[in-house]
Amino acid sequence: MTAPARPQHPDGPPLRKLYRSAEGRMLGGVARGLAGHLGLPVSWVRLVFVALLMAQGMGAVLYAVFWFVVPLGVGGVGAPRPAPAETGSDGRRRLFARKPDRGQVVALVALVIGAAIFVDNLHLGRANAYIWPLLLVGAGVALVWRQADNARRAHWMEVGRSKRVLPLARGAAGVALAAAGVTGIVVLQGSAEHLGTVLQASLAVLVGIALLAGPSLVRMTQDLSAERTMRIRAQERAEVAAHVHDSVLHTLTLIQRNAEDAREVARLARAQERELRAWLYRPEGRGKDEAEQPDTLAEAVKATAAEVEDHHGVPIEVVVVGDCPLDEGLAAQMQAAREAMVNAAKYGGEGGAVQVYAEVEGRTVFLSVRDRGPGFDLDAVPDDRMGVRESIIGRMQRNGGTARLRSVPGGGTEVELEMERAENAS
Amino acid sequence: MTTEETVQRHARVVLVDDHRMFRTGVQAEIGATDRTGVEVVGEAADVDQAVTVITATRPEVVLLDVHLPGGGGVEVLRRCAPLMVDAERPVRFLALSVSDAAEDVIGVIRGGARGYVTKTITGADLVDAVFRVKDGDAVFSPRLAGFVLDAFASTDAPPVDEDLDRLTQREREVLRLIARGYAYKEIAKQLFISVKTVESHVSAVLRKLQLSNRHELTRWATARRLV
Repeated sequence: MTAPARPQHPDGPPLRKLYRSAEGRMLGGVARGLAGHLGLPVSWVRLVFVALLMAQGMGAVLYAVFWFVVPLGVGGVGAPRPAPAETGSDGRRRLFARKPDRGQVVALVALVIGAAIFVDNLHLGRANAYIWPLLLVGAGVALVWRQADNARRAHWMEVGRSKRVLPLARGAAGVALAAAGVTGIVVLQGSAEHLGTVLQASLAVLVGIALLAGPSLVRMTQDLSAERTMRIRAQERAEVAAHVHDSVLHTLTLIQRNAEDAREVARLARAQERELRAWLYRPEGRGKDEAEQPDTLAEAVKATAAEVEDHHGVPIEVVVVGDCPLDEGLAAQMQAAREAMVNAAKYGGEGGAVQVYAEVEGRTVFLSVRDRGPGFDLDAVPDDRMGVRESIIGRMQRNGGTARLRSVPGGGTEVELEMERAENAS
Repeated sequence: MTTEETVQRHARVVLVDDHRMFRTGVQAEIGATDRTGVEVVGEAADVDQAVTVITATRPEVVLLDVHLPGGGGVEVLRRCAPLMVDAERPVRFLALSVSDAAEDVIGVIRGGARGYVTKTITGADLVDAVFRVKDGDAVFSPRLAGFVLDAFASTDAPPVDEDLDRLTQREREVLRLIARGYAYKEIAKQLFISVKTVESHVSAVLRKLQLSNRHELTRWATARRLV
């Protein structure tokens, strides 16, 4: 495209650059983009174009010029451009959720009919005969140009791999239309008898050009893709830098400020380590923003442990074997486990890390929480202390599970929770 | 560990890690030979250096980082394979890494490391682990035990070589207790067996992990989108 700007990333101050709108457009997105740029309703802009169309076809020419020159972008009326902070796939995915294709087809057809009527009304004398071939050429060119737009959009959305045939067919149809138009002109000029020779000559010229320009074209595309990978790499690096800046440097600053408070320093460092680890090792596209409501056991156990760890400043080591979706009983088990973790962190945290182990084996889910604190005697706990009895043992029993407590004075405490998974869960 | 136990034992150790700070830290923590009995005889920062130093010094134990320039810990293990099976003075590897990603852990264990501990381990525990590895036993961290259980648990189809690929009930129990954070001594007490028996169970698990046919681990890793 002619404009060097990259519409994908409206960086920096919100300079209102003119883009054609890919969202909710009727034809090329010119009117919509213009409306967004000028801050006017789309219908006004469209009316102006139609009015100009009546005035000797000015509107069509203007529209074509805009289509040619202005790059396709996101935004326009009704679809606010994503804020600079909202980079990445999220914003884009939201913008392209709709498919305005049918409206475009209608608009294209309407435009062709309108243009045909308009042209029919012109009385250009001898030149009149050339109008239909010219229209054919125009339609072909328009088709190919629309194709370029689509390719661009598909590039952002990274789809279209399954629908590769359709764009090809459309491109071919556009070329055929244009060729037919050109042939028509040639025929009209009365040189039909030389058609064969002309075709041969043009073919020879085309082959010659291809031979000459081919290598440099190939090199150019190679350079382009190389440049693109470089850019992607640079973006990735920038993202890493941003993350490190946002979280790690921030935490380090906090640690410097709290240097004399060892407990707080440890807490900060641990939370940061966990976050960074999750960010580095998690599968693509599962950032911390999306992990709000865990729906599997493993996620839930890790999230709970992380929360307790942050809150009480005692390291919790989590080992999970197997995984399954959470159901009602398991949610209750999670709450009991959370209570056990809090107890372990509160009373047994001096003995070192709290160990949490979860295992899914067949239909049974086993969870153990173990600390190496002083331990305690369950029978010696007064009856009015409800933590262990109600929150852990009682809750498990109410939901059809079992809880066992083992405590050796001086040897730590272990809470074992067992729960059957719901029948309907797969 | 009590002092009278520690004074007589001695282990020659090579440290392989690309972070100088970390090597210095481990040196300070465990390298006080008169106190811990661990003598650091060499250090290396990448794969080539590691192979050279290990071949030259022939230590009893190598503390090996998983992520190294030049191919990683797995590459060191591959190139040192002849030294591991040496009957006279075998070199044993203990992986010591900040990464607890499953593929790293399983990778070095399959490569022949005798154990795996994370860098959050305390100095005393590390010394203990070094001596255990030196004596030919395996050292499992709770996390590693979890990974192994996971790897063997998801194999429902009967494997070709059942005796080799399956964990016995007892081995599974031992692993489960390790995963729950029990020390070997506590496991022995819990299962009414001797510590030596616990250690032999763990060694058996390690051997099975190294020998078990590749496809089940591949399947396990694929299910987790690790490969």
